[in-house]
Amino acid sequence: MNNVLQIVWLIPFLPLLGFLINGLGRKQLSKTLSGIIGSGVILISFVISLWVFFNVKGGNTHVAHYFNFIDVNAIKIGFDFQIDQLSALFLLIITGVGLLIHVYSTSYMHEEDSKDFAKYFSFLNLFVFSMLLLVMGANYVIMFIGWEGVGLCSYLLIGYWFKNTSFNNAAKKAFIMNRIGDLGFLLAVFWLIKKLGTADYHTAFDIIVNHKAATFTPVDVTGITILLFIGATGKSAQIPLYTWLPDAMAGPTPVSALIHAATMVTAGIYMIARSNVLYSANGAEISRNIIAVIGLATALLAASIALKQNDIKKVLAYSTVSQLGFMFIALGCGNYTAAVFHVMTHAFFKALLFLGSGSVIHAMGGEQDITKMGGLNRYLRITQITFLIGCLAIAGCPPFSGFFSKDAILVGAFENNKVLWVLAVFAAMMTAYYMFRLYFLTFSGKFRGTHDQEHHLHESPTAMTLPLIILAILAVIGGFVGVPHILNGHNEIATFLQPVIPIHENANPLSSSTEYGLMIGTTVAMFIAGLLAYLQHRNYVAKENKGLGKVLANKWYIDELYQSIIVKPIQSIAAFLNNVVEKKGIDGFVNGVGKAVNYGSRQARLLQSGHVGNYVLLMVIGILILFIVQLFLK
Amino acid sequence: MEIKYYIGLAVALFCIGIIGVLTRRNAIIIFMCIEVMLNAVNLLLVAFSKMHAAAPVGKSMPSVVSDAQIFVFFIMVVAAAEVAVGLAIIVMMYRNVHSVDVNFLNRLKN
Repeated sequence: MNNVLQIVWLIPFLPLLGFLINGLGRKQLSKTLSGIIGSGVILISFVISLWVFFNVKGGNTHVAHYFNFIDVNAIKIGFDFQIDQLSALFLLIITGVGLLIHVYSTSYMHEEDSKDFAKYFSFLNLFVFSMLLLVMGANYVIMFIGWEGVGLCSYLLIGYWFKNTSFNNAAKKAFIMNRIGDLGFLLAVFWLIKKLGTADYHTAFDIIVNHKAATFTPVDVTGITILLFIGATGKSAQIPLYTWLPDAMAGPTPVSALIHAATMVTAGIYMIARSNVLYSANGAEISRNIIAVIGLATALLAASIALKQNDIKKVLAYSTVSQLGFMFIALGCGNYTAAVFHVMTHAFFKALLFLGSGSVIHAMGGEQDITKMGGLNRYLRITQITFLIGCLAIAGCPPFSGFFSKDAILVGAFENNKVLWVLAVFAAMMTAYYMFRLYFLTFSGKFRGTHDQEHHLHESPTAMTLPLIILAILAVIGGFVGVPHILNGHNEIATFLQPVIPIHENANPLSSSTEYGLMIGTTVAMFIAGLLAYLQHRNYVAKENKGLGKVLANKWYIDELYQSIIVKPIQSIAAFLNNVVEKKGIDGFVNGVGKAVNYGSRQARLLQSGHVGNYVLLMVIGILILFIVQLFLK
Repeated sequence: MEIKYYIGLAVALFCIGIIGVLTRRNAIIIFMCIEVMLNAVNLLLVAFSKMHAAAPVGKSMPSVVSDAQIFVFFIMVVAAAEVAVGLAIIVMMYRNVHSVDVNFLNRLKN
């Protein structure tokens, strides 16, 4: 048991080491070497994570204390790592999927200069490091360090090709949107520390569960949970802060995979799942309802936008936003395990889809428009098969992983609210539709690109296909850890997470027939959607979007809306402050003081005429004044 | 004679001196006016001394009677020395600028 504590710091430390080596030695290291270092450190972390995972599987939880991070008067915040089932699961996802993405990157980024190549890997390592810190921290403060770290790394990696202004703008957008959410998170942590005097999960949750603090009212719970959720909307790309995620496609494709699957966007889900005690406490019902509504709205909005996107990565980006919405629906229903389960399966199939799209983009020589693809199945066999598996998994086709996790979410939603369930199923149908639209446009039909591109088409090298195959296998079997009881499963993931997320017994559970009905209903709905996509896009002909289609293709004009209601007013306020307050007001005052002194001294200089007569006259006047004062004003 | 006539004369002389200094531009006349002012004050000093000696307060104070008059002599001696210096300055001025007009002496400016 203590062995775990002694070695566990290596998990985040190794990626940090990799970051330092690759970052500092980027001019000396060859591409092969920086690739090996970058992937190697993650591999070792993954092995240690596996070991930690098997160690906590029996139900152990540990808190490793290293030093006092903040120690002022009554507030003591330690640099502690939380080693329990939830963090162990996330460690596996982050390091495992992260490792595959690193390996994939060694091939995908091979055309970069060796200096940039090493820089890329150092950022990638730093990203993994921050995410590990976020997951492993045993209090909200350490989590916040990682929380900010992933924000920074997303900025660095989205803007990796920093010579392109629009990419830089996308990076800035991601960073600023995240900062808005971070403010909510930070306020929540302050509130918690103010009320409970601690930010440790263990101590804080203990106080809340056992009602040890009388001053901690339901109002506090509501406030803290809503603020934490605002933090989560930023990181996990929910309405209203989701627009950065589709723009984050500016980064290299493996970075998108890393952001969407292993790191960053899962942070919000992790944080709320970690705070499940808070979200189940008395007073959090309002926040849970808000979460469910926002999650549902995001799932529907993003899925509807994805229907009409033509950029292969944009479709996937909106599908991520939509899937995150599903996870928030689960969190809002108090169904934390389902959310974590979906994070896991989503990590597999979304990483698979992104890496697959990277392989397609690689083969197409940088082309991302799916209307210019088609018929790629003849050239990219492995990519096509793995991509199909990914599509089936995300669409929720049994027995792929997505089926089980999405089913868990939908059942939870059904228990909570029937309307929620109907709308969520509708969003899931849209998921199936746009994923198969993407698939058929890319891989079937006739090739619609240029002759040059067709000549160039080729399957990607092994370093890229191998991660695809591994992820495809995981996307197929990943769901079997959460087979519900109704299908003769044991729902191992819920049992596994039980020490962190208590299983709450439902007072009136759904009957088996209802549950079967739900399962069959959703599956049939998805098949219909998939079939529709097949029929419509089997032989694609480009045509103009009209009416609603145009609105969807333009992403509901949300970006334009934000531009006009937030960005423009702020810019005009800034222009006002610049032109009027700064230039006329402050500059005017400062220059005015200078001018007044200048003018005053020029006037005073006239007194110094040099005429002796004047001096004498003034002297006499002075004497007279003194005389008068002496005589009459005494 | 009453003291007020002396005071009146002294004030009149002093004012003449001041007006002369302020209005005239010739350095020598200004200088003379300054002497007039000086002597107006001297006159006052002697007059007050005489006044106090004529009406001693209580017993007679012979030293008080003669003190001021001796002061006046000293002042006159020192003034004579001062006149020598002042005239020398005016002579030097005339040698340099060929004028005794004080308005030429505005080099203090700048």
